[in-house]
Amino acid sequence: MKYGYYPGCSLERNAIAYQQSTMAIAKPLGIEFIEVEDWNCCGATEYFAIDALAAYALVGRNLALASQQKLNGDRNQLVAPCSACFLNLYKTDHYMAEDNKLNANVNEALAAGGLHYDPGTVKVRHLLDIIVNDIGYEAIAERVTKPLFNLRVAPYYGCMIVRPASIESFDNPEYPTSLDKLTHSLGAEVVDFPLKAHCCGGHMTQISENTALELIRRLLKNAADYDADMIVTLCPMCQLNLDAYQENVNKHFGTNFHIPVLYFTQLMGLAFGLSANNLGLGKEFINAKPALDKISSEPLKKQRRKKRPPKETLPMPTMPEES
Amino acid sequence: MTEERIGVYVCHCGTNIAGTVDVEEVSKWAGEKLKKDGVVVSRDYKFMCSSLGQELIQADIKEKSLNRVVVAACSPHLHEKTFRTACQKADMNPYLCEMVSIREQVSWVHTDKRVATEKAKALISGGVLRVAKDEPLEAIHVPINPATLIVGAGIAGIQAALEIADSGFPVYLVERDSSIGGHMAQFDKTFPTLDCAACILTPKMVDAGDHPNITLLTLSEIEQVDGYVGNFTVTIRKGARYVKEDVCTGCGICIEKCPIKVIDTNFEAGLGYRKAIYRNFPQAIPKYPAIDTEHCTYFLHGKCKACQLFCPTQPNSIDFEQQDEVIRIEVGNIILATGYDLFNSRRIPQYGYGRLANVFTSLEFERMCNAAGPTEGRVFLRDGITQPKTVGIIHCVGSRDKHYNNYCSVICCMQSLKFAHLVKERTGAEVYEFYIDMRTAFKDYDEFYQRVLQEGVNFIRGRVAEATDAARLPGEEGKLIIQAEDTLIGKQRRIPVDMVILSAGLEPRADSEEVAKKFGISCSSNGFFIEKHPKLDPISTLTEGIFIAGACQGPKDIPASVTQGAAAAARVLGRIQSKELALEPIRASVIEERCSGCRICNDLCPFNAITFNEELNVTNINQALCQGCGTCVAACPSGAISGTQFSDEQILAQLDGILSLPINSGKVKTLESVPA
Repeated sequence: MKYGYYPGCSLERNAIAYQQSTMAIAKPLGIEFIEVEDWNCCGATEYFAIDALAAYALVGRNLALASQQKLNGDRNQLVAPCSACFLNLYKTDHYMAEDNKLNANVNEALAAGGLHYDPGTVKVRHLLDIIVNDIGYEAIAERVTKPLFNLRVAPYYGCMIVRPASIESFDNPEYPTSLDKLTHSLGAEVVDFPLKAHCCGGHMTQISENTALELIRRLLKNAADYDADMIVTLCPMCQLNLDAYQENVNKHFGTNFHIPVLYFTQLMGLAFGLSANNLGLGKEFINAKPALDKISSEPLKKQRRKKRPPKETLPMPTMPEES
Repeated sequence: MTEERIGVYVCHCGTNIAGTVDVEEVSKWAGEKLKKDGVVVSRDYKFMCSSLGQELIQADIKEKSLNRVVVAACSPHLHEKTFRTACQKADMNPYLCEMVSIREQVSWVHTDKRVATEKAKALISGGVLRVAKDEPLEAIHVPINPATLIVGAGIAGIQAALEIADSGFPVYLVERDSSIGGHMAQFDKTFPTLDCAACILTPKMVDAGDHPNITLLTLSEIEQVDGYVGNFTVTIRKGARYVKEDVCTGCGICIEKCPIKVIDTNFEAGLGYRKAIYRNFPQAIPKYPAIDTEHCTYFLHGKCKACQLFCPTQPNSIDFEQQDEVIRIEVGNIILATGYDLFNSRRIPQYGYGRLANVFTSLEFERMCNAAGPTEGRVFLRDGITQPKTVGIIHCVGSRDKHYNNYCSVICCMQSLKFAHLVKERTGAEVYEFYIDMRTAFKDYDEFYQRVLQEGVNFIRGRVAEATDAARLPGEEGKLIIQAEDTLIGKQRRIPVDMVILSAGLEPRADSEEVAKKFGISCSSNGFFIEKHPKLDPISTLTEGIFIAGACQGPKDIPASVTQGAAAAARVLGRIQSKELALEPIRASVIEERCSGCRICNDLCPFNAITFNEELNVTNINQALCQGCGTCVAACPSGAISGTQFSDEQILAQLDGILSLPINSGKVKTLESVPA
């Protein structure tokens, strides 16, 4: 399966592990990524607040290039692994289609560089979306050669990937479950992580560090409360904040967290039996090795038999979850 | 053929029409310009629907020998009957009176008086040419079978059944569940009086169960509805109970001895258990237990029979061989009182229902409060032993929310206040209510709100963002934290509680579309059955002889459901007592020579009026069942179906009339914005 690919700046620098592992798992999954030529920065989160038109034009340029280069033929699907890039590309396409004036203004700006973009011609998708929906959990499970038995993983989605709810999203905007199911299909034990779609602080570390540290602390604490061995994420921003600022959090709050934060693609690579070197492992600040060493080749037998609840316990709801 | 002598009457409707349409000009124009089409008199009048206005028409019919009348006024939905009756009283066939809507279709939707006046003229011109083609018709009279079918035996259905039965007419009361009583039977207390729900409901249930005029059919579903108003034939599948009703004494020993216990997702809302042979609650009507074949060991594995073994009656009441029974009944009218389903709170995952043990739905909490429920009326956390010290109640769960249901579920504010009171009374816990707006209309409701305020319940105005177990601040460990914006103080609040109650909204029954189709009625966009008129006829439907009552028409509380049940019964009783019903003669009919037997129309009829005669290879339309909607007329590729009052000749004449004015030739600007 061919896809257009927009790596974004992070994947070339701080999130190089994400880039390496994405490329590593592409082959066993039968995915070919074709990078947009001459792409530029997506403007991250701040630029939209400073100069909206310039920000939209900045993103519009990438869409125009992707559309022009017809990276995967008529399907014209553009995959972004970074949540911020994904959201910016997605919302630019969406708002250009919705707002004629914005569309005209952005295209006027693009015309200066000899480019044009018709909204709707490129379908922007997040890497997680194509992996769970185009490849599917079963196909992934089939490729697993080294299941991640005994590893307790807290799946962390961050706030951008499935929001805003008004835009058609591929998962529930308040309580997404696709990463949970993906992690489960790798053999890992999935932690029901209540803060899975809460904010990591974004660039708040640069603006008000104390605020950011509290946002990060609550995520780490929640993962620790649920005995997670590690947090798995799909966003370079989330990964950076939770990983690189963990020591700062410990210092600031007197806590002692040691929770490695990996990309889901890294876990997929491990489960597919790929070499750790090709997956960018070891680049994380909080070393993931002790956690990864917990992986056992056999599913551990449940040590304690689940005690039957006392007879007065009321049954839990049995209403079906909505499909 | 006699010469047409047409009278045109243009109504001012006060300023409703006259404010936007120059009615005097229109009337004068019609008198002069439409003379060639047979108009002999044209008048305008301030209120044509008044007695004086009607007398004006009647006098003209007599003095000027009018034989057709066109009234240009409001929509025919409002006053067609008025004017037709007036004409009839002046010895004119009422179906030779046409109405032209120059209010709903002209004055209310235009602002430019010049354009509106021209459009009114065009529509009147169409009306005049059309009325000339109208045929004198006679109303269709159908006899009314005095028996009534009531579907759904909740409080609305029971009320309707008792009203009709007490008046001496037979009623078939059909209920899907094993017992009658509906949702009300699940409750402990009712607002605002805190009456015991069972104490006020069970006497009615007993009456309905014992009534000589009521045939109670439980575990039963409607399979098919044939016929038409006054003469319906209904096929009912009465599910096997596997207990012989004529021998069983309802002693309950079988229930006691049954070794299989399963979660009761029906009556106990999933909070309690029932045996594989069960009775919803001690006062269930009928009193006989029923076997749940999905869980009964005998039905699953062919052995056990404990219930049969221990049954003390002679002969034995348990009958594993019992089969479903298909019953056909004849009734004249049908009342649907099929109630509601509770919103599935799992659809809002951020409230944690199904994941966090101590999040309960309103129906679970009702069962918890009920003395016959799983905790015998004690308020406990999911562990079944711990009393909560703080309780949060979240309003509008699935209601007033564009992601789920836009409508207000009506009962939740009052129900939540009742919960707050019951929590206080039974545990003394601190209670927080999270609401968007408090809606405590109706008798004694606001007084109850004030009482609960006095009892010290905390009210936080704001939609809840989430209920979570992720503790962050001191005092939150081990609690459920409700995070909401307090819109009165403009701050985010985090309230740690032990128990969360979700006041879930009311939704149409999951199969409401299917049921509507079976009875030839419609559902609104939100799925509730559509009434004939939202204000003036909320219990009738557009299908003659089918009435609706209670929450199947829209969310409502007990008093409103009872009122509708009684109102629907009154309407049915009126029908029964008049013994026959005059129906509008607007019907479709098949010109058999032209029908090719293609059957395209056969599945289109929303009223199930079309049958196919295999022998003659032609389609037939049942004249009493047809409501004259015209769907088949339009669909017929051979032009073999004609609608009385809507013949091609009539429609084409009307179009000719409308198009005879130069309204679209550039002289008059017709594109203008509709006022907001």
